[in-house]
Amino acid sequence: MSETFVKILLGFIVLWPFAGFVLNGLGWHGNSKKAIARYACYMVLSSFVASVVIFFAIKSHGAYTVTYFNFLDTGSLKISFSFQADQLSSLFLLIITGVGFLIHVYSAAYMHEEEPKHYARYFAYLNLFIFFMLLLVLGANYVIMFFGWEGVGLCSYLLIGYWFKNNEYNYAARKAFIMNRIGDLGFLLGIFWLISKLATVDYATVFAQAQSLSNFDVTMITLLFFVGAMGKSAQIPLYTWLPDAMAGPTPVSALIHAATMVTAGIYMIARSNVLYSMSEVTMNIVAIVGLVTALFAATIALKQNDIKKVLAYSTVSQLGYMFLGLGVGAYTGAVFHVMTHAFFKALLFLAAGSVIHAMHHEQDIRKMGGLKKYLPITHITFLLGCLAIAGIPPFSGFFSKDEILAAAYAKNPLYWGLGVAGAAMTAFYMFRLYATTFLGSFRGTHDQEHHLKESPSAMTIPLIILALLSVLGGFLGIPEVFAHDSHLLKTFLSPVIATGAGEHLEHGTEYMLMGISVAIAALAVIFAISKYKKTPELGEPAGFGKILSNKWYIDELYDTVIVKPLNVLAGFLKNIIEKSGIDGLVNGVGRLVNYSSRQLRLLQSGQTGSYILFMVLAMIVIIFLWIDDHFIYKFISGLF
Amino acid sequence: MIAVLLILIPVLGGLISLFLKEAGTARSWALLSSVVTFAVALSGIFIYDHLNELSFNAEWVTSLGSNFSLSMDGMGKILCLLTTFSFPVVFAATYKNNYRQPGSFYGLMLLMQAGLTGVFLATDGLLFYFFWELALIPAYFLCSIWGGEKRIAVTFKFFIYTFIGSVLMLAGILYLYFQTPGHTFSLQSWYHLNLPANSQNVLFWLFFIAFAIKMPVFPFHTWQPDTYEQAPTGVTMILSGVMVKMGIFAVIRWLVPVFPLATAHFANVVITLSVIGMIYASLLAIRQDDIKRLVAYSSIAHIGLMCAAIFTQNKIGLEGVIIQMFNHGINVIGLWIVADTIEKQLGTRKFSELGGLAQKAPVLAVLFMVMALANIALPLTNSFVGEFLMFNGLFQYNVWIAGIAGLSIILAAVYTLNMMQKIFYGDTVAATVHAQETSKNVQWVLAILVILVIALGIYPQPMINLVKDTVNAVLPNL
Repeated sequence: MSETFVKILLGFIVLWPFAGFVLNGLGWHGNSKKAIARYACYMVLSSFVASVVIFFAIKSHGAYTVTYFNFLDTGSLKISFSFQADQLSSLFLLIITGVGFLIHVYSAAYMHEEEPKHYARYFAYLNLFIFFMLLLVLGANYVIMFFGWEGVGLCSYLLIGYWFKNNEYNYAARKAFIMNRIGDLGFLLGIFWLISKLATVDYATVFAQAQSLSNFDVTMITLLFFVGAMGKSAQIPLYTWLPDAMAGPTPVSALIHAATMVTAGIYMIARSNVLYSMSEVTMNIVAIVGLVTALFAATIALKQNDIKKVLAYSTVSQLGYMFLGLGVGAYTGAVFHVMTHAFFKALLFLAAGSVIHAMHHEQDIRKMGGLKKYLPITHITFLLGCLAIAGIPPFSGFFSKDEILAAAYAKNPLYWGLGVAGAAMTAFYMFRLYATTFLGSFRGTHDQEHHLKESPSAMTIPLIILALLSVLGGFLGIPEVFAHDSHLLKTFLSPVIATGAGEHLEHGTEYMLMGISVAIAALAVIFAISKYKKTPELGEPAGFGKILSNKWYIDELYDTVIVKPLNVLAGFLKNIIEKSGIDGLVNGVGRLVNYSSRQLRLLQSGQTGSYILFMVLAMIVIIFLWIDDHFIYKFISGLF
Repeated sequence: MIAVLLILIPVLGGLISLFLKEAGTARSWALLSSVVTFAVALSGIFIYDHLNELSFNAEWVTSLGSNFSLSMDGMGKILCLLTTFSFPVVFAATYKNNYRQPGSFYGLMLLMQAGLTGVFLATDGLLFYFFWELALIPAYFLCSIWGGEKRIAVTFKFFIYTFIGSVLMLAGILYLYFQTPGHTFSLQSWYHLNLPANSQNVLFWLFFIAFAIKMPVFPFHTWQPDTYEQAPTGVTMILSGVMVKMGIFAVIRWLVPVFPLATAHFANVVITLSVIGMIYASLLAIRQDDIKRLVAYSSIAHIGLMCAAIFTQNKIGLEGVIIQMFNHGINVIGLWIVADTIEKQLGTRKFSELGGLAQKAPVLAVLFMVMALANIALPLTNSFVGEFLMFNGLFQYNVWIAGIAGLSIILAAVYTLNMMQKIFYGDTVAATVHAQETSKNVQWVLAILVILVIALGIYPQPMINLVKDTVNAVLPNL
């Protein structure tokens, strides 16, 4: 396929969703909700189809880099507006536009209660998000990635605060944006560091010249990039925005806060794998942060009763696994988990949305129960999603998680042990959620029970498709032990990702590890179902459970340690330093001058008199000084 | 010829306006005059871009060796574009506002425009000082006659600050005059003075304090929030959009190249002050309950970055400063326009009395949102480009300073989004429950600004090409 054609096609992939944003944003379709939704969906579908074409082009031809124009050219620094379509970005293209399209379709039905102007606003934001996300993965340099990076943060902000009448949602939106900004600062400083050493931000040049960087430089650059990733991908300590982001409409949680945006950090590190592999220090930090986040978030998820909150903490935890994978060098494994996670977590969120929809905006699982009978499709698809995330073979999560854990074992058996413990918790809380929601008997009101019915097909069809992907997606990455050379994903990604650790395990060891983790997960599933099927937790937890249900009081801690002191400091500066300090000094001088000028002002009528007088006096002084060149010369040279 | 016209048209327009009695006539006249000036500026920069069109030289005060010499380089082009573009924008956005003695109001505004343009074009020290005062004097009158309740006290403070600056600068100019062989005020000969380090170190502060007050740099800033709050909004727009650029401009043209040794010597001090000011002003912005004061402190923070970036003496950073002067100008004017329409329509500027306006005025909400995003330098808005280049310069200078200054981009998000939320989101309150969409002329003006914000954010290269000659002239040896 010719390069010009690819260039045009990539341009369209990005511009279609943008056009959708502009037209729906301007209210092009007036009050017709059908037209609004259809238009937005078609834009993303077009991008998806084009992405498939690009995917096959890359498969047969290899990577393309196309340049549109010079964004910046200052002579010493040149940043071009260019796209790099290679194996890694084309995979993300498919996930973003594919899952994105399904979620657009689902949204059309889920948001049907909204007024047309807000319906149009919703789809405009959603299209804009797709646009920025595509920019993020297509950019051929870190600056274009940063465009998308901050752009998706903006869309996340706009969509979390979509119901802007509710101030609690607005605070959640702002929190998300600000925590992301903290990460963004790290990313930006990383870019500056790169520029100061290599004078370029293009991936190709950076990776080619990476060997010329000192170890310290590489470590700092990669760590700063990782700060960015911690913000966007909700890792400790910057994760607290993600659970709050559940204030947004549920399809948004599925698309942005599960399947795509939050995986941007993983994309960034996988993209920069050449740099990361050069720094042992960074790799260890990434692995440890990921592992700790995976465990920590899993403990919180054990005691949440809001269906979306459980999924949110589960997302944080799964993202932790991906970072663990990156940190132990299993880049392909991490990307593989991004993909399977996009399928099953989008599925779980959309299924949860279907439940919330049927329950008329009820999200507390203690008030549900027995929904299996009322929502058959939702139930089955949700169950498949749970099996996938729990790592039960042959569902997709099993393959990707196993790949990460195997690589972790090769690096350090302790990583593996803790990872398996986290996986057990994952299986447990997911099936706690499943059992409390779908099994047992219905605990809501009669009115709710009366209205319970399966969601419309625009919602269930995306569920079914995602369920199929969650079941089958794992076969793209069959481990070496099962069949030789059958890891299609690894083969496909090999031009961009150098194969790392994990493949040197002996087959016997690998079978054993796999057996242990599957057995533990299966036990956790059975335990959770038997525990919660008949007797769900309905009361408020006590003791340690209370700490977990209050999320380890981390929000309170941040509030006490950071937010409040900052506010006190700002108040101190405003009321004491600014008012009495600096301004007091100035006003003192002012009063002095004012006093002497008051005498003169008596001669003048009108309030502006004194100023005119000042100017006239000044002019007279100036002219006087001019008259005697000699005098002023001596006068001033005397001064210095 | 074009250079002279840019000053002559507003002077004549302003003088004629002083005699106009009718409000309608005066504002139409001012708008017409400013639009014509803008057209002349555009033609000069994009069509008749020859040296003899953009520069001018005539004998002025021959006995003192001072010439009426004007010249427009890249930075001059950008600032002339900003000045000539801002005035019609301000006149159009505040077209419905009523002023006492409208003829005098618009007359003084136009005279101020002439002074500002003169400052950006003058290449003679005395002429520069003359225009500097020509820009300031109308500002005093505009604030003290048409300002808010506390206008007298506030204008007085403004006056004291700038007057002290002017006197110091005048002393410096005269000293340089006597030091120059052949006693001249010519900028070019000052560039080749090569003064000894001791004199540079003293003279540096005479000029710098004058410019620092104008920008303003911490701790010379306290006149600004008060003045912006009390001045009539149209004047505030010009003060913050255009006039603060006099300070930055003057540092680049009249300070750094004239006192290179002192600049290098004091760079650390100035950068430290600027960065303290960025964080300080950002923190204060968080605690404001008034749109105008918040924008004022936010502006101080942004200006602090520009000042710091100049003193890094890094070419990329300096390019950022010059294009950011334009970007900051139009962005802050956009924010003032919104503040003005809110105050005019709802009678309050306090966040505690506002809320839910997005339901009543969705168009205004969207337009304001874009201006707010530009204020936090989101990519694909104009200020991202400037801030990216400036932070880059700062980073090359010192990693730690860049990191600390970088905190301001987080704080900017805090106060800007807080402002957005408090005004537009949430449920409607008493003040906003009967609010209406803003008028069409405000919508159009804001829409033009929004288009500029995005266009310059996506394709900034033409601006960057424009400033290269200035940067190479100011930092030649790098």
